[in-house]
Amino acid sequence: MTDLDLEVRDGVDRETIETVHAMSGTYKYGWSTEIEMDYAPKGVSEDIVRLISSKNEEPEWMLEWRLTAYRRWVQMEEPHWAMLHYPKIDYQDQYYYAKPKSMAVKPKSLDEVDPKILATYKKLGIPLKEQLILAGVEGAETMGERKVAVDAVFDSVSVGTTFKAELAKAGVIFCSISEAIKEHPELVKKYIGSVVPQSDNFFATLNSAVFSDGSFVYIPPGTRCPMELSTYFRINAENTGQFERTLIIADKGSYVSYLEGCTAPKRDTNQLHAAVVELVILEDAEVKYSTVQNWYPGDENGLGGIYNFVTKRADCRGDRAKVMWTQVETGSAITWKYPSCILRGDDSQGEFYSIAIANNAQQADTGTKMVHLGKRTKSRIVSKGISAGRAQNTYRGLVSMHPKATDSRNYTQCDSLLIGDKCGAHTVPYIEVKNNSSRVEHEATTSKVDEDQLFYCRSRGMDEEEAVALVVNGFCKEVLQALPMEFAMEAQSLVAISLEGSVG
Amino acid sequence: MLEINNLHVKLEEEDKIILRGVNLKIGAGEVHAIMGPNGSGKSTLSYVLSGRDGYEVTEGSAKLEGAELLEMEPEARAAAGLFLAFQYPVEIPGVGNMTFLRTAVNAQRKARGEAEISAGDFLKLVREKAKALQIDAEMLKRPVNVGFSGGEKKRNEILQMAMLEPKMCILDETDSGLDVDAMKLVAEGVNALRGAGRSFLVITHYQRLLDHIKPDFVHIMAAGRIIKTGGPELALEVENNGYADLLAEGV
Repeated sequence: MTDLDLEVRDGVDRETIETVHAMSGTYKYGWSTEIEMDYAPKGVSEDIVRLISSKNEEPEWMLEWRLTAYRRWVQMEEPHWAMLHYPKIDYQDQYYYAKPKSMAVKPKSLDEVDPKILATYKKLGIPLKEQLILAGVEGAETMGERKVAVDAVFDSVSVGTTFKAELAKAGVIFCSISEAIKEHPELVKKYIGSVVPQSDNFFATLNSAVFSDGSFVYIPPGTRCPMELSTYFRINAENTGQFERTLIIADKGSYVSYLEGCTAPKRDTNQLHAAVVELVILEDAEVKYSTVQNWYPGDENGLGGIYNFVTKRADCRGDRAKVMWTQVETGSAITWKYPSCILRGDDSQGEFYSIAIANNAQQADTGTKMVHLGKRTKSRIVSKGISAGRAQNTYRGLVSMHPKATDSRNYTQCDSLLIGDKCGAHTVPYIEVKNNSSRVEHEATTSKVDEDQLFYCRSRGMDEEEAVALVVNGFCKEVLQALPMEFAMEAQSLVAISLEGSVG
Repeated sequence: MLEINNLHVKLEEEDKIILRGVNLKIGAGEVHAIMGPNGSGKSTLSYVLSGRDGYEVTEGSAKLEGAELLEMEPEARAAAGLFLAFQYPVEIPGVGNMTFLRTAVNAQRKARGEAEISAGDFLKLVREKAKALQIDAEMLKRPVNVGFSGGEKKRNEILQMAMLEPKMCILDETDSGLDVDAMKLVAEGVNALRGAGRSFLVITHYQRLLDHIKPDFVHIMAAGRIIKTGGPELALEVENNGYADLLAEGV
């Protein structure tokens, strides 16, 4: 390890502690920007689906696709197998479309973006250069060595995509999905719903009907995306469900790293969120998808907070395709999320790294599915669940080895950490092996945060919260290391912030 | 520096009395050693002074430069200048030794209203101190005490001490589990920190550590009290004759 490495890694931790100190015990992102909203009426119906489609100026085939999903959805029932308890959701009491009024006509450049929206990003503490870039600071794009392109989804509309020119030079398409539907219909038509079918599950089907916007990425064959792609989602309007749809296609031999960060301001009523992310990974291509999710978790008493029902799935369609999901889930009142890997191509690989933190009254039921279809496919699952307060945290994961997936391997490590004695941690592994040559390993541990460790830290001068943050960050290290640097910093501070008030 | 008056301590969870009126006064720059048989309350004394949970002070006081330690949180005691080198240093998986050190140094600086140390200065300082203790870059990178040998753990404690620059250092059986070479190294580390008005309380079973760290005073502890105080020769006496005679005297 060089000096530089040491300093950088150290810097990450220092930032965590600084951030912890800089923040009070309340939700940092709990404010809302006063921007005129353009709402569709409450509730969902064929008319609303038509309205959303027409607001996005979509072609007829897209509307039909949405309507098919909608007609299917009305016949479906909300699933309740997860270890989650929440009041019945009235789907007719939600707004399905809200768009900042000043965005009715999309800006041609960032200069045209409402300054209030840009101020929102500033308050968000969007890391490093992205904020400057989003704020349109001259020369920001060439600052520093690493580049990140940002597609920001403010409520339901993508406010502007940076770095377009440079990406275009590489042949990479990175735009909002509404734009892709208009500009690249052949790609969207071919791939949308091909990983997560319209009728996949209740929430995915709802999303298929009413998705408002989201991101679209296409990496051409043999192309290494010249920068990390990043999207920030934010839910700003009250009672607005945010339904993003993300579609990423990594063509043969290509590579892309995609970062997704989410925040939502503080609200008293629960907000519904049902996103769908589809990754199509062709032969020899590789996709890294990292998420930091800190939607508003509700208050100490469980009032408010986001209901987060997300369907994320990667299809390793070609041989030797690779996917890596990394998630840091610290927010939301309810998390229902299982980023999955379909390992269809021979020798394809799937990895899932997860930190799920549930504090106060939060409930998380999250994990992954590794579906091994091809020969010699490999998967690795590292899950770190932390429960504090009265929270319930469940890891639910499926590892399935199909008859043809010979000589395949899976390794699962599932660790739970409990802080206090009123929370719960649950591990629900599903393992199916249908051939004789594959190997599946599952390791699980559950432990309480160690008093000796905390005392050791405190005897060296750290206060209790600092000590907990340090110990928990250590517990999560393997996953934090899997994140790109920009996110690792944000994630470490989030770990600390979300555990504030969990001790003492 | 440290003044302990009539300290009585029992276990919080049960009615077991461990310290029965400890009196001890350590002046600035002095090195005191406490020796005594197992179960005499030596380690309890060090834990109570540093603020570990599980003990109840029923009577008495312990003041560091006039400030009552027993009313402070452990981190405040540390910031006030108290340091305990643990008998069994704790492992913290996933937390780099370097990160731990810097977090601790900055936490104390912050508590004292000082500016945080810059990354560059910190790195320079830690390298320099680590070198003297023969702690290599690899050991600084590894998670705190995880997979460290007994000797490495104890050296790491001394490194923390060197970085935190406390006024009052308590060494709880720092020699236990060390071979002769490791003990020498640790003792050299401690000796390098002597002076500048820094005081030490060295808890040990054996005279051999005191060959390397020369104490000004030696106290014999038994059944929760200090029963005899003397100079370095007292440690030699224990080494030669054991505790039996002293215990008989003390009763």
